[in-house]
Amino acid sequence: MDILNEMTLTFSSKSMNENFARAAVSAFLLPLDPTITELADVKTAVSEAVTNAIIHGYEYGEGTITLGAKIYSNGRVVIRIRDKGKGIEDIKQAMEPLFSTVGGERAGLGFAVMQSFMDDLRVTSRKGGGTTVTMEKYIIRRSRAVQSDEND
Amino acid sequence: MLVKTVFDSGELTALLSGDIDHHTARTMRLVIDGDIERYRPESLLLDFRRVRFMDSSGIGLIMGRCRLMQLCGGRVRLENIPPTLERLIALSGVRSLTDEGR
Repeated sequence: MDILNEMTLTFSSKSMNENFARAAVSAFLLPLDPTITELADVKTAVSEAVTNAIIHGYEYGEGTITLGAKIYSNGRVVIRIRDKGKGIEDIKQAMEPLFSTVGGERAGLGFAVMQSFMDDLRVTSRKGGGTTVTMEKYIIRRSRAVQSDEND
Repeated sequence: MLVKTVFDSGELTALLSGDIDHHTARTMRLVIDGDIERYRPESLLLDFRRVRFMDSSGIGLIMGRCRLMQLCGGRVRLENIPPTLERLIALSGVRSLTDEGR
């Protein structure tokens, strides 16, 4: 399947960038003319993944987060959020709803939200080597604004 | 202004605005908890009418306030949840902790 558009952003692991990451992905997907629900789903999932990188990956410390997104010609959107933080020891346990290592104000719903709001979720992690979250969603194309050059 | 609070007849109303994420939830929590401490309300009303976005940090915010209000014998009500937030609220099961869930 052809890639119609792609982007990569790298930013600091600061909580103010949660908003930036959502806005960037939102703007990138806008030419697909997504519904309000589709956009809200993707923004929520991105927000969860970036928050995880800040809180868990870097434990509020300094680091960089890479956000990549690709749009395929069949409407498939792939979003990848990567950190080089401490990694997840037990991915299966981390992905259980209501599991939280930090407790308190965290609901422990991050992965459950990503899973339920996106069509596919993959998590790879290495202890001490960081975590990569890859999420996919099909956005039915209503607009012809995104076309490969040959089709114009 | 992320949160505006009004205390009247035993009820503390917190009007939340904008995006609720891990970054903004902290400020909202500090303001609301400060006022709970100050007024000791019987009930806390969280009004979502001006919320444009919320992730699970918002669920954490609701859960934490429910816990705090329970400690002092009070309750929490949620009002004006925008349709886009309904799925997240349902997924979390947080309504069972609020007034509606009883």
